[in-house]
Amino acid sequence: MISLIDTLKSFVDGAPVKKEDDTKLTIKKVSKHHETSFTERVTSMIEKGESKTARSAYTVVAVIMAVIIIACLIYTVSFLPHFGGADNPANSSEVVKAYIENGIHDTGATNFVAGMILNYRAFDTLGESSVLFIAATTVIILLFRHKTKEEEKIATVEEEVYEDKHDVILRHGALILVPVTLMFGVYVLFNGHLSPGGGFSGGTILGAALILYNLAFGDKSTQKFFNYNINKVVKISALTFYALSQSYMFFTGANRLPIPDINGVAGSLISSGFILPLNIGVGFEVACTMFGFYSLFDREEI
Amino acid sequence: MFVKELVINFYETAAIIVFGIGFVTLLLNRNIIKKIIGFNFMDTAIYLFLASKGYIAGRIAPILAEGTDPTVYQKAVNGVLTNVPTVEKYINPIPAGLVLTGIVVSVSFTAFFLALAVRLYREYHTLDLHEIISIMNKEENKE
Amino acid sequence: MIYIQYILVIFLVICAISVCVTKNLLVSLIIFTAYSLVMSVIWLFIESPDLAITEAAVGAGITSILFFITLVKVDKMDEGEAKDD
Repeated sequence: MISLIDTLKSFVDGAPVKKEDDTKLTIKKVSKHHETSFTERVTSMIEKGESKTARSAYTVVAVIMAVIIIACLIYTVSFLPHFGGADNPANSSEVVKAYIENGIHDTGATNFVAGMILNYRAFDTLGESSVLFIAATTVIILLFRHKTKEEEKIATVEEEVYEDKHDVILRHGALILVPVTLMFGVYVLFNGHLSPGGGFSGGTILGAALILYNLAFGDKSTQKFFNYNINKVVKISALTFYALSQSYMFFTGANRLPIPDINGVAGSLISSGFILPLNIGVGFEVACTMFGFYSLFDREEI
Repeated sequence: MFVKELVINFYETAAIIVFGIGFVTLLLNRNIIKKIIGFNFMDTAIYLFLASKGYIAGRIAPILAEGTDPTVYQKAVNGVLTNVPTVEKYINPIPAGLVLTGIVVSVSFTAFFLALAVRLYREYHTLDLHEIISIMNKEENKE
Repeated sequence: MIYIQYILVIFLVICAISVCVTKNLLVSLIIFTAYSLVMSVIWLFIESPDLAITEAAVGAGITSILFFITLVKVDKMDEGEAKDD
């Protein structure tokens, strides 16, 4: 019989348990690997007979912990200020008042959210675009692979043989839907400062239209106007344009240099200064990134 | 009383419940794709919580209301605004802007996780995390 | 109007639970898409049309497409392995 303390001690020290049957085995293992780490021991335990008890214990502990956390959070929710109240601390701050009252004069955008995220808090959006860019880069690193010549040959032959695999219904549907979707995406993109929408949603809709086109008409016809180089150039130039124009605005604003009055007449399409070009830049970057995600997942190249 | 408060704050309560379900999905499911879906649930729950804090009953979305001339709000005399939009008409625009940032970030990390899952599948031919761990252990023992 | 919001919220919770419970991956992905769409309707109810349009395009569109493409890719890999063997 082994006492509980012995087992615990052996678990902590890494020394073998003094059990007659297992002693040789564990000693051999220990002599092979100089020391066994904690995770190795746990995984070996899972591999052996203890797996069922360990797993059920894990399940029970996980559910209990989740229930405790949720109970605490719900108990806290019951003390929160009421939903929809105008006097809530989040809604009665000066920042909200400043954003709404000075918004049109400062930014020229009638959509206060767009004015906020692209003018007052433009650093946020720059970081967000950078996150998107970094995600696209990591996905390229993880999934991109150059096809060998044989694979390319096989791919071209398959494309020729299975040309009918692109569905007729899909093709005719795409013929109607792609222009409409593209137009809607451009509308949302260009009216971001006047109505709901903006760079991210418009860019995503453009990317979705490109994906639909690719699904219906195959890779070759997409490659004609949208290949890896174009994707790369558009993405990097959009991000650089964003960073440069924002840094120009920050520089002139911080040094009290005279800014050219570019706000225009609020409510018209060409107004609100840098917000429209920034929206267009963000939109192109998002569209390229979304299509890049799709094509990388689908066929490991852009 | 407790339940009444929860019903008044029903969006927050639902957000917390969905967060819990996502958390349990993340912890208990072995499949990697299910885990990623659980992560997405947790994301959307937090966004719902945040955006419902910014809602004010009886007010409209933070876009200048139809029928008002935006140009009258642009003029400033000697740096003092003569005419400003009424704050009492619009909801809080700050949570909406923050959540807008969060949605796009959640898409990018979903794509990153899925790329990692595809790589794992290419290596081990399974999406089950336990099987992947056991295969890894076997390979280590062989070496 | 408030009752429609109650129904939508309950639907949201049911969707989340059913995704957690279902065994089939494809079914759970479709339920996840429905969850995103309901979410975008809820954004409209709490007066955030910006979020509604973004969620409809991103959550129900691109994220679901990425999940589906991943499943298709995994299946394709299995077929390729079978051919090689």
